[in-house]
Amino acid sequence: MEKSVALGDTNLLTEAVNLRRIGWLERALGPDNYRVIQGLFKTPASIIGFVLITLFVVVAFAAPLIAPPVTNDPYKIPRDGFKADPQPMMSPWTRNAPDLPFWWKPIMKTDQWVHIFGTSQGQYDVFYGIIWGTRTAFKTGLVVVTAALLIGVIVGSISAFYGGIVDNVIMRIVDIFLTLPFILAALILAAVLTPRIGRSLIPSMIALITFGWMGYARIIRGDILTIKERDYVMAARVIGVKDGRILFRHILPNAIFPTLVLASLAIGDVVLSFAALSFLGIGTEIGYADWGQLLSFARNWIISLDRYWYIIVWPGLTLTLFVMGWNLVGDALRDVLDPRLRGKS
Amino acid sequence: MTAYIIRRLLLVPLLLFGVTILIFGMLQFLTPVERSALYVRDIPKTEKALDGIIKKYGLDQPLYVQYWRWLVGTKDQATGERSGGILFGDFGFSRVGSQPVASLIKQRFPNTLDLTLWAVAPVILVGIWLGIQAAVHHNGFIDQAGRVFSIVGASFPTFVFGLLVLMIFYSKLQWFPPGRLSDWANQVVMSGGFRSYTSLLTIDSLLNGRIDVFWDALKHMLLPILTLSYINWATFLRVTRSSMLETLRQEYITTARAKGLRENDVIFKHARPNAMITVVTLAGFTVVGLMGGVVITETVFDYPGIGKAAADAAAQLDVVTVLGFALFNGLILIIANLVVDIIYAVVDPRVRLS
Repeated sequence: MEKSVALGDTNLLTEAVNLRRIGWLERALGPDNYRVIQGLFKTPASIIGFVLITLFVVVAFAAPLIAPPVTNDPYKIPRDGFKADPQPMMSPWTRNAPDLPFWWKPIMKTDQWVHIFGTSQGQYDVFYGIIWGTRTAFKTGLVVVTAALLIGVIVGSISAFYGGIVDNVIMRIVDIFLTLPFILAALILAAVLTPRIGRSLIPSMIALITFGWMGYARIIRGDILTIKERDYVMAARVIGVKDGRILFRHILPNAIFPTLVLASLAIGDVVLSFAALSFLGIGTEIGYADWGQLLSFARNWIISLDRYWYIIVWPGLTLTLFVMGWNLVGDALRDVLDPRLRGKS
Repeated sequence: MTAYIIRRLLLVPLLLFGVTILIFGMLQFLTPVERSALYVRDIPKTEKALDGIIKKYGLDQPLYVQYWRWLVGTKDQATGERSGGILFGDFGFSRVGSQPVASLIKQRFPNTLDLTLWAVAPVILVGIWLGIQAAVHHNGFIDQAGRVFSIVGASFPTFVFGLLVLMIFYSKLQWFPPGRLSDWANQVVMSGGFRSYTSLLTIDSLLNGRIDVFWDALKHMLLPILTLSYINWATFLRVTRSSMLETLRQEYITTARAKGLRENDVIFKHARPNAMITVVTLAGFTVVGLMGGVVITETVFDYPGIGKAAADAAAQLDVVTVLGFALFNGLILIIANLVVDIIYAVVDPRVRLS
């Protein structure tokens, strides 16, 4: 407490004589956006969030080192035989075992692969699935968020910039897309697309994009509506700049930042929804390294889950930690962006 | 307020049109043969019969003709019988349920309603109570605990939570089984002596004086209710808390305190009613959401409501059935949202008097 008071005093002092240093980041982003970034790194919760996310990024990049692929397609979880019942943790890996990675001997003290987290139904190795599932998670999260953001920004900007009847029509279309509950709508579209495209990541991703852009459209629309009235936009109009240029060069760069941050933090939610679809039996082919599918295996063993607890606890924990990482940062962001809290501590 | 309600009512046909277009659009991903399940129970195997069906129901016609036929159905010239026509409640035939989609909905919907009925109080009232406690003890222990809870709650996937709950309370302790009824209770319900008044199992069993069946039905709903509470509390806590904090900052609250009112009266008589206005909308939408069938929760607990029916049909790629459920869901949501909005207008003086 005392420390912050003291800091506040020095800030006041430097600001009074106008000597506050402005770092390169603040110069690049501008004061408003810089404040957002600053707020994200301030609370312990959001820092834990960043640590979690970083951890998952490392795992995703290092996947081939942690669990070396067995076949040509690293996303196919290797099977140790074809028995139905899950095998316990630390049971020896007899068939299709990966090469020993460099960390194995120092840590595990043996020369033989074991199923660290056991195997799931059909002898799919849970550990391998979790490690490579991290890549699947980032892949789907990034693609879906980028595409939904792009659609949302384009639709929202057009709606706000032209206003009037265009705005009205577009916003009603947004209402229609929002009528059905998100997960049900995505489930339906994925089910419709799967027979046409085949079982893969793509039907679920298309479904999540189709019903995921409306939030961004609404937010960017609101931000553009306020920026549209600024003097520099008026000035650009007066000297006869074309609509498209005003929108893309003058308005969007100034309006897009909050939407951008919000979207990047939506990766957690997208991965969660994707896992939910997989869990419901829509999505990748059986045996693809995907957390939702690992969890869906547990549906067939509900009566004996007390014995096979590892087939839900490890994938479930992984998914929860992943989502929590993004949520912790997102929570800090909500506080920073909430205008009612602005200026207060 | 009248103007507001009229504006809101005008939105309804638009939304109905939009949702039917959306669903009709998704139907277009199907081949004409697959789409014939909208009109006939058994899709014929021979080429010639197939062509006849496609011709008869106009499945090769331009889109607007198909859309119209999808809405009103096709009358058989000889018998005068109508087949198809969503406006008449005919959603086609379900391959998975081997019955018309509409009767599948009729069979499953009471279960979802039953669950909603029993979930409303724990989900909403407890959630609001938690939020008020967090706001009243702002930045205190309860508030911090609530904050941690709401972040963890938001991160814990429903199906993981559900599976863990099943692991503990079903496979380990054997207390609460999944499904809808135990076998013996099911036999009682199916027997001739059991009269169905409302098709809601809990209410029917009470009306029939079968406390044991009632208890069995309730026992099967406890875990789903626990899961639904858990996932919704986080939201209720957050919304109630911020709305309550906002209200407690108002000047009339300071006035009430300055007059020397007891703190309990300030909070429950002066602050709470105003803070509830935003929460009422959320509560309304939550109830509507529950009524629409909670896909994941019902699936995890094998609870035979419309959410699970939709998920099962989707997993087996029975698209006509899934779209039928979507249509039904859309109708419920549009009407219920309208009701919520109008109630909101009546409750909130700022809207009522404008």
